[in-house]
Amino acid sequence: MSGVTRRQFIKIGAATAGAVAVGSGLTTRWWGLDGDPVANPGTDGDRVVPTFCELCFWKCGVLAHVKDGRVTKITGNPAHPLSRGRLCPRGTGGTGLLYDPDRLKRPMLRRDKRGEQVFEEVSWEEALDFTAQRLLNLKDRYGPESLALYSHGYGGSWFKHLLKAYGSKNIAAPSYAQCRGPREVGFQLTYGSTLGSPEVLDLENSRVITLIGSHLGENMHNTQVQEFATAIDRGATLIVVDPRFSTAAGKAKYWLPIKPGTDLALLLAWMHVIIAEGLYDKEYVDTYAIGFDELKEHVRDKTPEWAWTQTTIAPETIVETARVIAGGRPASLVHPGRHVVWYGDDTQRSRAVAILNALLGSYARRGGIFVPSQMALPAYPYTAYQGHPKAPPDRPKDQGYPLADEVLASGLCMASIPGTASYDIKGWLVYGTNLLMALPQPERTKEAIQALDFIAVVDVLPAEIVGWADVVLPEATYLERCDDIDNPPWKVPFAAVRQEVVPPMYDSKPGWWIAREIALRLGLSDYFPWKDSMEYAMQRVHAAGYDCDVLRTTGVVVGKARPTTIEDGLVPKFATPSGKIELFSQRLKDAGFDPIPQFTPPDEPPAGHFRLLFGRAPTHTFGRTTNNRFLSEVYSQNELWLNAQMAAELGLKDGETVVAVNQDGVRSQPIRLKSTQRIRTDCVFMVHGFGHDAKGLRFARNRGADDSRLVTRIKTDPIMGGTGMSVNFVRVEKA
Amino acid sequence: MSRNKRYAMVVDTRLCVACKACVLACKGENAVPDGYSRDWLVEEVRGWFPHLSAENRSERCNHCAKPPCVAACPTGASHVEDGGAVLVTHDKCTGCKACIASCPYDSRYPHPDGYVDKCTFCLHRVHAGRLPACVEVCPTFCLHFGDLNDPESEVSRLLRGRKSKVLHPETGCEPNVFFLT
Repeated sequence: MSGVTRRQFIKIGAATAGAVAVGSGLTTRWWGLDGDPVANPGTDGDRVVPTFCELCFWKCGVLAHVKDGRVTKITGNPAHPLSRGRLCPRGTGGTGLLYDPDRLKRPMLRRDKRGEQVFEEVSWEEALDFTAQRLLNLKDRYGPESLALYSHGYGGSWFKHLLKAYGSKNIAAPSYAQCRGPREVGFQLTYGSTLGSPEVLDLENSRVITLIGSHLGENMHNTQVQEFATAIDRGATLIVVDPRFSTAAGKAKYWLPIKPGTDLALLLAWMHVIIAEGLYDKEYVDTYAIGFDELKEHVRDKTPEWAWTQTTIAPETIVETARVIAGGRPASLVHPGRHVVWYGDDTQRSRAVAILNALLGSYARRGGIFVPSQMALPAYPYTAYQGHPKAPPDRPKDQGYPLADEVLASGLCMASIPGTASYDIKGWLVYGTNLLMALPQPERTKEAIQALDFIAVVDVLPAEIVGWADVVLPEATYLERCDDIDNPPWKVPFAAVRQEVVPPMYDSKPGWWIAREIALRLGLSDYFPWKDSMEYAMQRVHAAGYDCDVLRTTGVVVGKARPTTIEDGLVPKFATPSGKIELFSQRLKDAGFDPIPQFTPPDEPPAGHFRLLFGRAPTHTFGRTTNNRFLSEVYSQNELWLNAQMAAELGLKDGETVVAVNQDGVRSQPIRLKSTQRIRTDCVFMVHGFGHDAKGLRFARNRGADDSRLVTRIKTDPIMGGTGMSVNFVRVEKA
Repeated sequence: MSRNKRYAMVVDTRLCVACKACVLACKGENAVPDGYSRDWLVEEVRGWFPHLSAENRSERCNHCAKPPCVAACPTGASHVEDGGAVLVTHDKCTGCKACIASCPYDSRYPHPDGYVDKCTFCLHRVHAGRLPACVEVCPTFCLHFGDLNDPESEVSRLLRGRKSKVLHPETGCEPNVFFLT
């Protein structure tokens, strides 16, 4: 479509410049208008570069189409086991991140108080020298353990390595204690293994899928949604337990609008029915599990009638769904969820999910939980880390979440408030995580930051946390950099490469370069012996015996499938103390916890208040994508879901602007009300990730409301320190 | 090239999760300008708590067999292309918007470059043996495209085997986008 269109021609004519246009050969075009009705937009580009996505953390293989040096579109890589040629909206909209005009463009040093968002652009040399000097000071004054790294995203690996070389083990991600941690501990205790990410769920072969608060479809992990849809297409029965009529509930045969906070009661009642009616997989339980007799005794009085009083789910519904769940076994999967930090009893609830799956015999079974295989990829032969760093101060001094198996991001934040932990954290390195939205109680996070000696932020966009940094180090986006090889445990072993599609824009730099430059200034050059990340990645690929050129051309190498289920010939092994599935957990008992989950009723909302629930929209990953123009165009702001009857009683109308005020008087930003039949009368819901106030986020700023500032209270999981966040109550007022 | 074909799209509403990957893929594929889209999602929820049902539909131009937009077009820019796809020849379009007014499905928009734009069934891809971008990207496999004149095509088989509907059949436009319910 070079040249002048007819529309423009008319405009030009009106501007009395027609003679020029006619003279330029437009006349022939005028009479040849029927030429090409099927116009090719030409977005396939002149070259295609395979890499993997970073719009969320599923890491789907993508193909970036490049034309004249510009990425025109992103499509799924058909060869990649996680995308299978298809993508979610976020991955498809990845160019909106690359070409976001609000990106961090140059290194910056803070020139006012922390949080005032006043910075001066400086050279990389100055920013890196400053950072290195501060890190050396920290080490001299407080020891290397005083530095903490918060990291989310695949490029964080370079900084984790940097921190270990520096001498600190204080590496945490909110994806543990603020997300899937309780689930991992619950499954570890039961099966001796975690579910990981991507979760090792064989959804596509499930005959019955039970979702508990997990809103697949709104939570848009690509492979999982693909398999979910495939299962539905194959006629799987869907049971959805959710206070809200989610997208998934709209596809369910049974929607159980449970009272929030009572899922564990329902799970125990389901076990009661399945055991009392002899519907469990007796042979499987006899072969692989211990503690059945104790479990049977434990759930004897957890009748559907008892659960009804807690959950508001009718006893006959509980019985009927229990029979449906058992009827589908072993291809009956009770989905373990992902973000499970809700009420503080989350490890026990996850344990109950794990135990119920064991009764169904769905672990290591087709259509259940599979046992993954992973492509062997030797670690880079680094120099061993020196010294003996102190254990992280992320647990309270007196009582310490004994079964946490990762560092708690919330705990490191607490330890930054002087005198609260075994030793103080004095410096933060923040990579790719907006802690002011990712951690609960943002006012406490700000208090912790104010007490620090030093805080550096590495990020792509000027999220809220950037405004609190002493030094801002602008990273290149995932399309502009090479990171480590990705080889997660999955149905088939595979290894995928992230490579530079286009050179970094502005003065941004890849994370590996930033980490390496800091290391060189800290005298840690021995730990970064490679010249760039591609050399590093290809060394690993080469050492594993794969062809580097093939990997870079195809984006992924897929190994030979191994048995992942008993049906395939797998002999399951359980890395628990007993070597069996532990329905009864001696480890929990020894640590002073219930060896089989016990239900504790949740707090009731104060009069006139609703429990605040939050979740996801398919187009967004937390607050990371809300400034992406493409994604924001189709989902620009969140809404507050309120039951229509409640809205009418409050005199509130659908679509009007309201404010949520929590039990501590904290007010949300103005948010549009969604008065709906799709939610219970005792709770409200909003999508997380909106309500940004960072000055630099021009598209996302002041759109919708931020749930995390309403999370002034938490209930901490006593087993592993997860921060239960669905324990806040709000009233709803006209704005 | 394919005068005896009848292109159609079949949308399985049971599978669709209204994620809008189709919208973004179309925008990328066809360089649709900011603020516009050729396809969109409708989430229809019926009933009262707790007796609710939902239907998700990925919608676009219906490429009607009797397209009112073609009849309304004064310049012949809107026309029926091979396979029955309704297209707009950009160079012939004056941007008068008569077609926009005539479309019962509101599936057209005025492109900032001065012509009216809409879904093309990605004929530029179809002619190269590929599927429309929205069909290719869909993570729930809810979109299907093919030739209804071929009884063995996937779309023909789906429409034979499942209950389906079209939108606003009362208009008599004979849409070629079908929804499995």
